[in-house]
Amino acid sequence: MNRELLRKVRSARVSLGITVTLGVLAAAATIIQLAFLSRVVDRVFIEGANIAEVGDPLIFLLGASLVRSGLLWGREVAAQWGAVRVKAELREGLFAHVLRLGPSYTRGERTGELTTTATEGIEKLDAYFGRYLPQTFLSVLVPLMIAGYVFPRDPSSAVLLLVTGPVIPLLMVLVGSYAEEHTRRQWRTLSRMGASFLDAMQGLSTLKVFGRSAEEGEKVARASEEFRERTMTVLRYAFLSGLVLEFMTAAAIALVAVTLGVRVVSGNMPFEEAFLVLLLAPEFYRPLRELGAHRHAGMEGSAAAERIFEILSTPAPLREGSETPAPGSRELSIAFYGVGYTYPGSDRPALSDLTLTLEAGTRTALVGRSGAGKSTLVNLLMRFVDPESGVIRANGLEITDLIEKTWRENLALVPQRPHLFYGSVLENICLARPEASREEVERAAELAGAHEFILRLPDGYETGIGERGMRLSGGEAQRIAIARAFLKDAPVLVMDEPTSSLDPESERAVQAALERLARGRTVLVIAHRLNTVYRAERIAVLDDGRLAETGTHRELIQREGLYASLVNAYGGVPA
Amino acid sequence: MSTFLRLVGFLRPHLPRVALAVLLGVATVAANVGLLATAAYVISAAALVSFLGALVIPIYLVRLFGVSRAGARYAERMVSHNLTFRLLADFRTWFYARLEPLAPARLLRYRTGDLLSRIVGDVDELQNVYLRAVAPVAVASIISLFTFVILYEFGPSLAFATLGFLLATGVGVTLLVRSLARGLGRKQLELRGELNARIVDGIQGAQDLLAFGREEDHERAIAALDRRLGRLQGRMAFITGLQDALGDLMMNLAMLAMLVLAIPLVAGGEVRGVYLAFLALVVLGSFEAVQPLGTAFQFLGRSVGAGERLFEIVDAEPEIEDPKEPLALSEDHRLHFDRVSFSYEAGGEPVLEDISFTLKPGRRVAVVGPSGAGKSTLAGLVLRFWDPTSGRITLGGNDVRGYAQDEVRTLIGVVSQDTHVFNDTLRANLLLARAEATDEDLQTALAQAQLCGLVERLPEGLDSPLGEQGLKLSGGERQRLSVARTLLKDAPLLVLDEPTANLDPVTERELLDAVYGLMRERATLVITHRLVRMEEMDEILVLQGGRIVERGTHEELEARRGMYRQMLDVQRELLATS
Repeated sequence: MNRELLRKVRSARVSLGITVTLGVLAAAATIIQLAFLSRVVDRVFIEGANIAEVGDPLIFLLGASLVRSGLLWGREVAAQWGAVRVKAELREGLFAHVLRLGPSYTRGERTGELTTTATEGIEKLDAYFGRYLPQTFLSVLVPLMIAGYVFPRDPSSAVLLLVTGPVIPLLMVLVGSYAEEHTRRQWRTLSRMGASFLDAMQGLSTLKVFGRSAEEGEKVARASEEFRERTMTVLRYAFLSGLVLEFMTAAAIALVAVTLGVRVVSGNMPFEEAFLVLLLAPEFYRPLRELGAHRHAGMEGSAAAERIFEILSTPAPLREGSETPAPGSRELSIAFYGVGYTYPGSDRPALSDLTLTLEAGTRTALVGRSGAGKSTLVNLLMRFVDPESGVIRANGLEITDLIEKTWRENLALVPQRPHLFYGSVLENICLARPEASREEVERAAELAGAHEFILRLPDGYETGIGERGMRLSGGEAQRIAIARAFLKDAPVLVMDEPTSSLDPESERAVQAALERLARGRTVLVIAHRLNTVYRAERIAVLDDGRLAETGTHRELIQREGLYASLVNAYGGVPA
Repeated sequence: MSTFLRLVGFLRPHLPRVALAVLLGVATVAANVGLLATAAYVISAAALVSFLGALVIPIYLVRLFGVSRAGARYAERMVSHNLTFRLLADFRTWFYARLEPLAPARLLRYRTGDLLSRIVGDVDELQNVYLRAVAPVAVASIISLFTFVILYEFGPSLAFATLGFLLATGVGVTLLVRSLARGLGRKQLELRGELNARIVDGIQGAQDLLAFGREEDHERAIAALDRRLGRLQGRMAFITGLQDALGDLMMNLAMLAMLVLAIPLVAGGEVRGVYLAFLALVVLGSFEAVQPLGTAFQFLGRSVGAGERLFEIVDAEPEIEDPKEPLALSEDHRLHFDRVSFSYEAGGEPVLEDISFTLKPGRRVAVVGPSGAGKSTLAGLVLRFWDPTSGRITLGGNDVRGYAQDEVRTLIGVVSQDTHVFNDTLRANLLLARAEATDEDLQTALAQAQLCGLVERLPEGLDSPLGEQGLKLSGGERQRLSVARTLLKDAPLLVLDEPTANLDPVTERELLDAVYGLMRERATLVITHRLVRMEEMDEILVLQGGRIVERGTHEELEARRGMYRQMLDVQRELLATS
């Protein structure tokens, strides 16, 4: 059971309480109902009553049945509502926290895992919270209640129930852990074989090229057959805990029944009571059986909850800023002093001891091989992460003293692969300033060289784009991002040029738009193009997390260092 | 309905197992009914007799039922799961065999996103058709029938009343709940899909959201969707809860009805009183079989849905069919495109228009152009994944449609970036190209493809697993694996589809040396957007919007100041920093 879930999610505690209460009440209704049933049978069978004489207990029996069904309904609704609210609360909390962790956390390989946790992982809590968790409480409370009811009527049966009750889960856990040990060893092989079909389908084109696709059919059959054999050996053990549960309950009920029979024969016990105890015996074990049925959902949900809380407890990489006002000026100069940063889980610094000044109104081009620390520098400037050593100042003000949102208002970012959100082109540009008028948006798009291609889209500015809409080319997406930056009109521009060449038309349009955008701003650009470095007042060359050299294009070419070798890789460019 | 029958058809080869599994399922429920009902009889009879000896047989039965339930249940689970995995194997083999002739033309449409995983999910869904749909219905029917027969012995009215309640629960309640939930279920799926899409969108676009300070807006949008979904799920909870509650109520009402009908029979002496408790428990117990029917129908619906989607895929006509009497391959490996046009859908936008060129041994042709110009479709046509919409492709002077597809493909080696790395060892991934290759051959190919570093890095050398469950290869390594495979295949025609995309300049140069070494005597088609070593090409076709806009040698095209020259200028701009 996940204590964190109950501690952190208030709505979880409330609805769990209601669900368990309704479950206990339903069990009470069951006891009453069965008591009336045994009374009716006793009157008719032992006392020879006719239907009119048992009218009252029959009515009560009906009443208890109705109440019981109503309570069961309420219990299910309360459990589901609770699950819905817990899921919503965690989903929103998780999403907000992931954003707080920022792009340096969400990027790369982790994106897939995070989105799976935030969608499917959350859904796994449904069965866990709605069924498994309340059942763990009920499987203790309800048997105790029934045993408590039986005890004064028939202490020996009550003792029998109370002894077998805890033995069953104990045995199940013992057998279960033995089976799990056995399963875990097979798990890797099983999941590999389970994925082989997908593998064959994904590789069909490749198989065709090598003329092997027909043979692969036999391999699919063989792998499936082997998968079946292995799974069956695993299941042989996995089903054992179910066998224990069924055997113990049925055997205990049989034992209770036979003992009751003996005592009725010897006249030590009236029929009515004996029959009632017999009826209650399966009810005693029922919650345990239900718990067993939800065990799998319980384990899955528990694992999902663990992962969710692991993410939620990952500390955000930012220092808390104060209410210090932003350096509210159009002229911003930014200085890095001895800045260093190492990503969590990495053993070498992504950036170390970097000192660099971005003068107000000038362009600085950042050049270096992949992994040299260029993106880390951008992350630090954007305050997606804060430096571990050194400081970053804007017009003399330490940027980590500011609230990150206030700071980011000074910056416009044009990333290498801008994300287009599910929505219209208009909404995507408006991301930069939701209150912007249509004229302002179109003006920004014109300046970005995007207006014309947008008008050529099927619905112009209203065309849906993003994951489920039209796909734009790399160059078009870039221009949307530039339009966003125009609309934001911030004093500092940070951009990451596309690494590969776009088609010639896009290339020209993007270059021209960037030229317009850069005018009069403080610019930091991760450069992949000669044109861009020519125009920069200063080029900073990074190598392995350190600043290797700085200067203008001409100076750096003459120095014949790293920069010169990067420029010459495609056949030499005159200095 | 026909989909359902087709699905049930898959059970036919397994009929003995199906029968055994159903039998054991019935035995499981029957043992439980028997245990409680005979126990009730024992206690009742005990009130009438004065010594225990009279009850030996019923007591023995109680013990028997008590012990046999667990055994029957265990055996039932083993047999039915065994059957389920046999079905899964059948479905997979069947689907693969049906899909193979359709691939890749039909499959390429499903390459985007997770559609392929969904197909696999659908195939997996079908395995449930017995365990979760057919079996519960069969067991419920047989148990209902047994209950009817037993009760009929005591009085037809008891039997008919109980059967009515069993039917009302198994069929009536299920249908009622389904009709109540009909619209809600679909809307819930839609809303959840939208919510998940928003979350994925937000996580993938976190950088842009934060940079523009829009994180709260997105959070609010998610919260709003969450509230709508919550309201819907709240209403849904009333309905799903109703299913359990009504099932429970029907069971108790059935028992009550039985009492009301049986008590006069007892009073009238037609039924002995000692059986009253027995009858009550038979009725209660029999409901264990009908209560799972609600879920069974849900699973049935899902299986039929999955079946429909799959049948639709494999029932299609293959786009390419082998001729009845295929031509034998000749020694003439000249490949000629004669005014070829192609569109994916009949009457759709043409992807390629009026393409003509010739490939012959020793000749190198490059196809260049911006992305989306139709370059990769050209590779698909060479491999005969599709046939041209108009015009023709000839091999050794004969239309390629006259040959068997596999035969044609034995002549072609392909280096491409979307070559698939199988979940298998490095060795198996290479042997795919030439099954009889020796370790020495493999090592040579790996060395030529610049992959020695990879082998050294792998803990078990050639026997290390690759792919999803093993070592994931980088884009560059994947391409080099493709080169190694092509080296092993040693085919006279070469298609190089973006052989150096995503590689740094140094690796690119080294790899091109290996690849160009391959070309020497062969006919080569290079498809690329990177204009590197174009001087070595005999002819360059510049493709834009599916048409050849320029053609000639590097020198000619560079001098012409057209599209090719523009691409060259853009490329010369790039720094070696990617």
